[in-house]
Amino acid sequence: MTTTYDKTDERLLESESPRAVLSGFGRRIRSGDLGMAPVIIGLVLIWLIFFLQNDRFLSSRNLVNLSLDSATIGMISLGIVLVLLLGEIDLSVGSVSGVGGSIMAVLLVYQGWPLLTAILLALAVGVAIGTFYGLLFTQFGVPSFVITLAGLLAFLGVQLWVLGSRGTVNLPIDSWIIDFANFSYLPDPVSYALAVAIGAVYLALRLRTIRRRRAANLSAPSLRGAVIRTVLMVAAMLFGAWYLNQDRGVGYMPLFWVAMIVAVDLILRKTRFGRSVYAVGGNEEAARRAGVPVNRVYITVFAAASTFAVLGGILAAGRLQSVAQSSGGTDTNLMAIAAAVIGGTSLFGGRGSAYAALFGMLVLQSITSGLNLIGVEAEVRYIVTGAVLLLAVTIDSLSRRARRSSGTA
Amino acid sequence: MNDGSQPILSLRGIDKRFGAVQALSDVSVDVRPGEVVALVGDNGAGKSTLVKIMSGVYQPDGGEIVFDGRPVTINGPKASQALGIATVFQDLALCDNLDVVANLFLGHERTKAGVLDEVEMERHSWELLQQLSAKIPSVRIPIASLSGGQRQTVAIARSLVGEPKVVMLDEPTAALGVAQTAEVLNLIERLRKRGLGVVLITHNMADVQAVADRIYVLRLGRNSAEFAIGEVTTEQLVAAITGASDNVVAERAARDRSGSPITPDAIDPYAVLPDGAGGPGHVSPDPDQERDA
Repeated sequence: MTTTYDKTDERLLESESPRAVLSGFGRRIRSGDLGMAPVIIGLVLIWLIFFLQNDRFLSSRNLVNLSLDSATIGMISLGIVLVLLLGEIDLSVGSVSGVGGSIMAVLLVYQGWPLLTAILLALAVGVAIGTFYGLLFTQFGVPSFVITLAGLLAFLGVQLWVLGSRGTVNLPIDSWIIDFANFSYLPDPVSYALAVAIGAVYLALRLRTIRRRRAANLSAPSLRGAVIRTVLMVAAMLFGAWYLNQDRGVGYMPLFWVAMIVAVDLILRKTRFGRSVYAVGGNEEAARRAGVPVNRVYITVFAAASTFAVLGGILAAGRLQSVAQSSGGTDTNLMAIAAAVIGGTSLFGGRGSAYAALFGMLVLQSITSGLNLIGVEAEVRYIVTGAVLLLAVTIDSLSRRARRSSGTA
Repeated sequence: MNDGSQPILSLRGIDKRFGAVQALSDVSVDVRPGEVVALVGDNGAGKSTLVKIMSGVYQPDGGEIVFDGRPVTINGPKASQALGIATVFQDLALCDNLDVVANLFLGHERTKAGVLDEVEMERHSWELLQQLSAKIPSVRIPIASLSGGQRQTVAIARSLVGEPKVVMLDEPTAALGVAQTAEVLNLIERLRKRGLGVVLITHNMADVQAVADRIYVLRLGRNSAEFAIGEVTTEQLVAAITGASDNVVAERAARDRSGSPITPDAIDPYAVLPDGAGGPGHVSPDPDQERDA
């Protein structure tokens, strides 16, 4: 047999030539299947604009700072992406991150706990909070908006109670969380080796897929395409690492953040659980009838969101070397949610990717950093951030409408 | 083993109440392998309730379900699927944002060391679709971009993933055009050819006449009549469904056919019952008596 199973239908418009790939991409954009395109274009534009205003914006030093500043709230945003994929919301991640940071700090400083145990207990509290949300949501059907709005207030109170009269807790300067969040960077050779290793693993997996698809009589992507992709990817990573290495280099904390994003992305795309998340977000009733454990999916995702919030709070504590009553305040909450939406996660559920947290957060942090560099005050930053968020939601709504009119909603 | 003469699924004397409403009383249905059984009835006749009992969504208040010779209780959708009863619901229950492969295997994903085995699932998808001679351009496009008939095809193909013995189709042609309806009817015939028992719930008498082997008529929650195909006309079916010999539809149909006003006896549904067709639970219903109970 010469034609593979999946290329037998003559109505298929896809082909392998570069021109066909490009026109297929254009068709997808017009029909509202935008994916990550708007946020990446937006990020490039923002970087270009700030670079023209102040060429220090794209300096190695500023980009290293950008990566460190993005990682804390970006981690919280990763949890928000998961909740949004179900078409739900968690408004309390800011407060919960504050609670997590406070518990860790108080246990470490005032109770004399080892740092690792303090962190683990804080994370366990995160799991418990999210599980509680999930149970309220699945058992009583309370809208997540209201549950987490209540959580926003209640856990702000808990944070103040945990911190007590002390108000601010300074972490001991020699604790490794501070080191991890501020002063630890990959040695230059390791960063390059890592880039090459990631490329090698990627290529190996692609080749395995190509071989298996051929064996199963399915059309396989071309070998040349896989090699070109890998080379481009490795080149981009090497250049990025080299550029950051001109200053301090690739920080442990941003690397940890990106690694978590990659891990969540793999779980979403490659496991039954991830498939269930998209299914519940797309059509809850269909998922339930197909035998997907819908309630368990909701509870797990709410628990994951709160846990990522606590993790973000711990990293923020390390980065700022202290926890205060204002930790995880309004700004944190709104930035985390805005980043997920700006990154292209649909508010209507079922569409989006873990990488939304990465690119959305980079956009927001770039705006903050760029406006700081050109010496603009906070009020402008809020206005610009609000405008970008509005733009992102508008794009989401428009693309939903385009999907509907092209029959793919 | 089942040689095709024994029912694969039989419901005997099923009762179901919702509060003060007796939705089903003493309903019996047999489904044999390689047979298309049509379940017809007016709105509120109890078709959907019966389907939901067979698919495990509702539990009956009385009666017996026998599957492959053994009495069983179906206490949930999973139990129904585990027995080998697949249901294609009227709203199809597909996830628009997922592609065809993901929908076909939703809830039954093939994995390899915890990782989704996309290649195996895609290959199996094409096999299934080819067996049904289904025309789906690509299994890697979201369900949202498929036509109504293609969605119905995917939903039916999905019901076959678990290798069921009985497939229930709830109004499969309700929202389809002429060509798509024909395609779905072909699909039903292929299911029969594969030796599956098919339960077809529909309002469309043309579909019933086209593919069904036997027809159960439900009326007000009771077995109203059972017909073998070929011995019943659409007018007789309509009369059995509406349960009234003097109703407007039947009267017009009969007048058109004979050119003269009809006598009640000519279309009395109970008069045309073939011998022994009623099954064990079959009783001649008396609507008045039923209301008193």
